[in-house]
Amino acid sequence: MFGLKADWSVDIKERYFALGDYAGGEARWCPGCGDHAVLTVVQRICRDNQMPPEMTVAVSGIGCSSRLPHYMGTYGFHGLHGRALPVACGIKSRRPELDVWVATGDGDCYSIGAGHWLHAVRYNMNMTVLVFDNSIYGLTKKQTSPTTPIGFKSNTHPQGSILEPLNPLTATLGISNVSFLAQTVDWNPAHLYATIKAAHAHKGFSLVNIIQRCPVYSDQISKDLQENPSKLLLLTHDKGIPVEEKLLRFFPNHREHDPSNMSEAYDIATFLSPTPVGLLYHNPDVPCYEDLSSQGLNMGVEDKLAGINAAFDQFAV
Amino acid sequence: MSKTKQAVRINEHIVEIVSDSGEGAQKAGQTFGNISAKMGNGVWTVEIIPAEIKPPARSPAGASGIRIRLGSSYITNMGNAADIVVALNEQVLYSRIATHAYKKGTVVLLENKWLTDPNPEIVKQYESSVAEFRDNGLVVVEVPMEVECLKLTPRPRLGKNMFVLGILSYIYSRDIDKAYREVEHTFQRKGQKVIDLNHKLLQAGYDFAQENIDYHYEIPLWRAPDSKDPLIVTNGNQAMGLGVMASGMDLVSMYPITPATSASHYLADVYHTVGGFVHQAEDEIAAVGFAIGASYAGKTACTITSGPGLALKTEFLALAVMAEIPLVIGVVQRGGPSTGLPTKVEQGDLLASLYGEPGDAPKIVIAAATIEECFHFVVMARKLAETFRTPVILLTDANLGTGVQPYPRPKAKAEWLASPIDQSPWKKDIPPFDWNEETGLSSRPIVGQPGGEYVLTGLAHTKQSKVAYDRDSNQRGCNMRSRKLAALYGTLKPPEIHGDAEGDLLVVGWGSTLGAIEEAIDQMRDDGHKVSSIHLRFLSPLEPGIKEIFAKFKHVLTIEINYSDEADAPLITAGNRRYTQLAMILRAQTLVDVDCWSNVHGQPLQPGLIYDELVRRLNLKN
Repeated sequence: MFGLKADWSVDIKERYFALGDYAGGEARWCPGCGDHAVLTVVQRICRDNQMPPEMTVAVSGIGCSSRLPHYMGTYGFHGLHGRALPVACGIKSRRPELDVWVATGDGDCYSIGAGHWLHAVRYNMNMTVLVFDNSIYGLTKKQTSPTTPIGFKSNTHPQGSILEPLNPLTATLGISNVSFLAQTVDWNPAHLYATIKAAHAHKGFSLVNIIQRCPVYSDQISKDLQENPSKLLLLTHDKGIPVEEKLLRFFPNHREHDPSNMSEAYDIATFLSPTPVGLLYHNPDVPCYEDLSSQGLNMGVEDKLAGINAAFDQFAV
Repeated sequence: MSKTKQAVRINEHIVEIVSDSGEGAQKAGQTFGNISAKMGNGVWTVEIIPAEIKPPARSPAGASGIRIRLGSSYITNMGNAADIVVALNEQVLYSRIATHAYKKGTVVLLENKWLTDPNPEIVKQYESSVAEFRDNGLVVVEVPMEVECLKLTPRPRLGKNMFVLGILSYIYSRDIDKAYREVEHTFQRKGQKVIDLNHKLLQAGYDFAQENIDYHYEIPLWRAPDSKDPLIVTNGNQAMGLGVMASGMDLVSMYPITPATSASHYLADVYHTVGGFVHQAEDEIAAVGFAIGASYAGKTACTITSGPGLALKTEFLALAVMAEIPLVIGVVQRGGPSTGLPTKVEQGDLLASLYGEPGDAPKIVIAAATIEECFHFVVMARKLAETFRTPVILLTDANLGTGVQPYPRPKAKAEWLASPIDQSPWKKDIPPFDWNEETGLSSRPIVGQPGGEYVLTGLAHTKQSKVAYDRDSNQRGCNMRSRKLAALYGTLKPPEIHGDAEGDLLVVGWGSTLGAIEEAIDQMRDDGHKVSSIHLRFLSPLEPGIKEIFAKFKHVLTIEINYSDEADAPLITAGNRRYTQLAMILRAQTLVDVDCWSNVHGQPLQPGLIYDELVRRLNLKN
């Protein structure tokens, strides 16, 4: 609170931001939707880190997840279906000082925006990417998504989904320059908070796949995981997502996993049951594209004019 | 040794050098063009690009080379049939003949080494082609280029182009000192040995021509040699790249597409010298999305593409219109539809630029008519985009993109550069779309401005940028975005009329056809015809006063390089005839019965073809 430290010293900031400073319009997700929990966590992390709202941008595509910017009190960009990542990367390219969040979904990111997902991982720009993975298209009312389990009935596959779902974890780990990949669940606030906080702290492209409840269209899909925590595998490690003692008790299955170990991360990512939650992979040393793309940002007018005149001279006859 | 020949004075000539690719024809032609520009001739050069990626040697599909038109006035287009062609084999000439590049009397200086080729098939091909060319009226002069070059180098294939440059330098009385300097400049990175050899080859070609070639011309200069008003020589894509730099843009976000990519190649080489960055995106959609992201964050950005890329960018363009994000989109048009004619010219993307997006997406569309305008219009486009808070499409085409011309060297100006972004506090009571009711204009908060936080959305929205599905909000947003074009229209001047302000026929053009149309009009007027032309740079909004100009002419005709039904083609009636793209717009906007003439041959329009068509039409009507 107000910079009051453990030694009773007071650090009085010129501006102090409360949760309300990060709140925008009233969230219009369905009651019981997992998105509410994610929004709350994002706002808390912004507050905890005292991020100036004007230096924070929430970027999204289209879908239920992508309404998030409207509920933030920061700058926001609610763009096109599947296209949050190119926009977010463009924002970051010449404004590396901005704190960029991306809210996307399993359809938005892994289907229509799949090409951008792949390349955004490779660019490794410093941003926090939250994939609200409810295994269904919710906004457009129950169509099969890339992560819908085989056999699940939707409006596009009333006899049941006919393809094996895409595994976003193994797919992401297969992309060069991957630097941060975690998975969590929306219904465990402590783990959700700790995971997104770690993702935000990472300098690079942090992708968090959030297994998220859609109480209206795909309730059954995550119900089993909610009701039976033994279906989840909590990844623990000093370098992983910090978990408190009581959280350990909540998850009966644990596994010690060093997130710098790629081959083990890949093994874990292939587990369908129990479903891994925690930090699968982390490499803090991958170069960030904005360090290249922002070069020359502060060049002065005189230098620019000299450069332009030199360019003309190259073509002089 | 020298036979003194009197140089014949001519006003202009068209020269081609054609060969298999890799024989340096383009380098020789560019050097010849530079020498001519420096001497003070008007020059236009255009590359001849092979139709296939790796065509076999000695094949029509492999024709690679360059056309240089040089004259005693400012040259604005590639002209009609060539006067002199230098060919390194006879087969490549067939593809040029197929495009009507030559006429009866065109002189072909032909490498004759094929006559002694060990392969009897080649000898036969060569002999029969030469006979055929002669039968068809070409004046074939056989030149032992290989033999002459072998006297100086064991690898004549690499040096022959400089021998050719020497021949042309003699024929056109080029200043040989300038030629030496230009060759030195061309090879400066390769060391003195290479320069010396190429100087020898140049001189050998010159001497050979003086001794053996009967053609010798002088072309009066258009401007004083080494004039103090400096010129630069670029193609249109390089000009566009220079425009990006001179406008102070931060970022070019692109995906490779012919024939636009060379603009980005150029920028990738030099953009860092002015602090800019070229982002090669994963696809066309990401390229525009990335640029939009940067622009939303206050940085000035541009994307450069061609027709198929424009199609892919459609949804993002609509977002930029809807959410009022400044953006410059350069479109170097090529032949369509679909993959079409990637390396060839067409003006087929006008309607796609204006109306490509579902829903109403008003934006500014301008078209450069000259290579120089490819430069200046980028600077203008950036300012328009920011002032009107809208995307601006700048149309050029393959003809401008690859054509090379000298033009006055611009001087970089501080006021052309984008201003630094405003990070001062935003007045909280001013909404992000504080539309002026009359003009639709508003200023926008930039990320980082405290108090300006808003959520940009592609959904219908209020002036607070709040999602709104009600009827009044959507109507109002559409009104405001459209109003901006009306506001811009109010600042534009009517097009200048080339020729008299009244007459029998007015030709209307846009884009790269300017030079060819005006040349044809000048010739018509010299012949006593009452014809004039206008050339539009603004297509959205249109320039004012057009209807009033039309009223002074008996007939109005657009000339364009995009598809139209011929009025007398089978099944075509007044009810179903499809007009060219500008004609459609002009008919709708002016209610004047504007006619059109066009083809989609994938070639720049020749002034001679335009002249013939105009004469035909006037005869029909009289």
